[in-house]
Amino acid sequence: MDHLNLSKFCIRLGDHCLIMAHRQSELCSNGPFLEEDIAQINLGLDLLGQAEALLIYAAKLEGNTRTADDLAYRRSERQFHNFMLTEQPNTDFAFVIVRQYFMSLYLLKTYQVLAEVDDDTLSGIALKALKELSYHERHLSMWILRLGDGTDESQQRIQTAVNELWMFVGELYEEDALDLLAQQASYAPKGEEMKSFLMAQITAKFAEASLTIPDSIYMTTGSKQGIHTEYLGFLLTEMQYLQRAYPDAKW
Amino acid sequence: MERGFVKQLRHMQKNTQQNKQMSETKDTEDTQGKLWEVFIQSKKGLPFKHFGSVHAFDKEMAVQNARDLYTRRGEGKGMWVVPADAIVAVDPANDACFFEPADDKVYRHPTFYELPDGIKNM
Amino acid sequence: MGAEELDVLFQERIDANDKIEPRDSMPEEYRSHLIRQMSQHAHSEVIGMQPEGNWITRAPSLRAKKILLAKVQDEAGHGLYLYSATETLGISREELIAKLHQGKAKYASIFNYPALTWADMGAIGWLVDGAAITNQVSLQRTSYGPYSRAMVKICKEESFHQRQGYEIMASMANGTPAQKEMAQDALNRFWWPSLMMFGPHDSDSPRTGNAMKWKIKREYNDVLRKKFIDKTVSQAHLIGLTIPDKDLKWNEAENSYDFGAINWDEFWSVVKGGGPCNVKRLNHHKKAHKDGAWVRKAAAAYAKKHATK
Repeated sequence: MDHLNLSKFCIRLGDHCLIMAHRQSELCSNGPFLEEDIAQINLGLDLLGQAEALLIYAAKLEGNTRTADDLAYRRSERQFHNFMLTEQPNTDFAFVIVRQYFMSLYLLKTYQVLAEVDDDTLSGIALKALKELSYHERHLSMWILRLGDGTDESQQRIQTAVNELWMFVGELYEEDALDLLAQQASYAPKGEEMKSFLMAQITAKFAEASLTIPDSIYMTTGSKQGIHTEYLGFLLTEMQYLQRAYPDAKW
Repeated sequence: MERGFVKQLRHMQKNTQQNKQMSETKDTEDTQGKLWEVFIQSKKGLPFKHFGSVHAFDKEMAVQNARDLYTRRGEGKGMWVVPADAIVAVDPANDACFFEPADDKVYRHPTFYELPDGIKNM
Repeated sequence: MGAEELDVLFQERIDANDKIEPRDSMPEEYRSHLIRQMSQHAHSEVIGMQPEGNWITRAPSLRAKKILLAKVQDEAGHGLYLYSATETLGISREELIAKLHQGKAKYASIFNYPALTWADMGAIGWLVDGAAITNQVSLQRTSYGPYSRAMVKICKEESFHQRQGYEIMASMANGTPAQKEMAQDALNRFWWPSLMMFGPHDSDSPRTGNAMKWKIKREYNDVLRKKFIDKTVSQAHLIGLTIPDKDLKWNEAENSYDFGAINWDEFWSVVKGGGPCNVKRLNHHKKAHKDGAWVRKAAAAYAKKHATK
């Protein structure tokens, strides 16, 4: 892939990780017990590390006209390419787990493919991330089971989370021109492959957890063109505040 | 009777009554999970060392919590997590004739002491 | 053996710098003193996550965000080490949390002050963690084994926290005028509360006697406070910041700084619940605990359903 397209590819992936890491970081001191607080912060830290590495690489591919921090802190709502799923709020613990679980599956598959590419920087990022993501998936699966097969209340809450977040899953296996380029270069799996992987994993896990996939086939779309839910604006307002308020300062 | 032993028994009795109440309603009650002791082998060939404890509701969670807390998920470190009440502890300094089966728990943990019947009315 | 004889034996062990372990014979007062001190230390780490966590989502760079997240995660871990050590004395985590919520157990008063600007992240890391380090280095030699071991572990991780804070202050002090002003303002607000972290004058502290006799505490409050000041003043001067104490003066004869009077009214008021954030901190902890009940119950229910026979 040429540098320009590769940088866009890295920005997309970096954005998923960045926004998810941000949502994770909001959980600090709000966990259901202290050990889980630490676990959730861990997930956030891993994702933030991946975001940073990807955005640094993207900036380099662009010719260093922008830094990774510029990418994170100076782009506006319509310039972000994270999946809408990642910006969904931490409504309750079930929402956190379901959102992270779907995304961890997506990232696992994505990094598996990237670990094999010729590009040393990218494959290096992917190999490290794979170790982290397999831990994430294990932790999150564990909670899917415990919430699905726990109490009546937990079952209801996690099923609600699944029902409300399901419409964001379609974006995870959507394809646009950039995706097709990436696939041609073997940097990404085909949309169908990603979809079957996700569905197979989710179906199996949900069966164990007494959860059902909602009937509705409506899926949102648009994040690849910078269309988001209303949540992203507020998220960025908070995240970017200092850099926006003190544009000349170095931090 | 040895002072510490009497004090320990009194303390155990009080806590056991409290915790008997707790364990009767434990299933519907809100707890922080069980206590697990964590042992880590930092390098192959070295012994497992006691690092401390974690709370968790089951062993899978215990392993993950222990990793997050004590190894920052360091790979390749051997780890044992053991329910604290499974550990039998003996203190060689104590006079052997005061060794009580009920007093072989690893700490002054109240959550799992079961006093022999004869002690109930102390 | 009578109680008096056992007390004598216990004190002999303390005087010989023996480590006391959970199952060892000990005066009930030693045990209850330690439960109070260790649990309050644990609560402090956990409550401290709140003011520091206040700026995580607004951290102004990827690196700053990463470092702050890692630091707050460490604090949670320290809380866990300390709860773990406290539980060895025969009290459950549930009881410890209940005492915190009932106001029967306290936490370090410093966390009742608000974290108002990003520079506060610097001030907290540099001064608050700095003061904690001074205290914790001393506590590594505490007589109770599990507490001592927890302190050793914590000290290893803590120096990164102070460096993180100081780096923020240094870069802001050398930054734009607005940044420098922000850094000085944070120092102005956190200096005196940090000195108060060492507690009252030893003469005004009723528990100091036993604490020193039993080697739970190894150095006096005023001694530790002085150590901290002497260490920290030059760090401020190095980055062009001013300590907000007009009475601060180097004493050549003592090889130490003389410093101004601490506002003890403020100290006692905050300790007793009259600080800017006391209510907020506790309510936050209670809410997280309450909101998490259904999760804990679900985990317990699952464990029961799947228990191996």
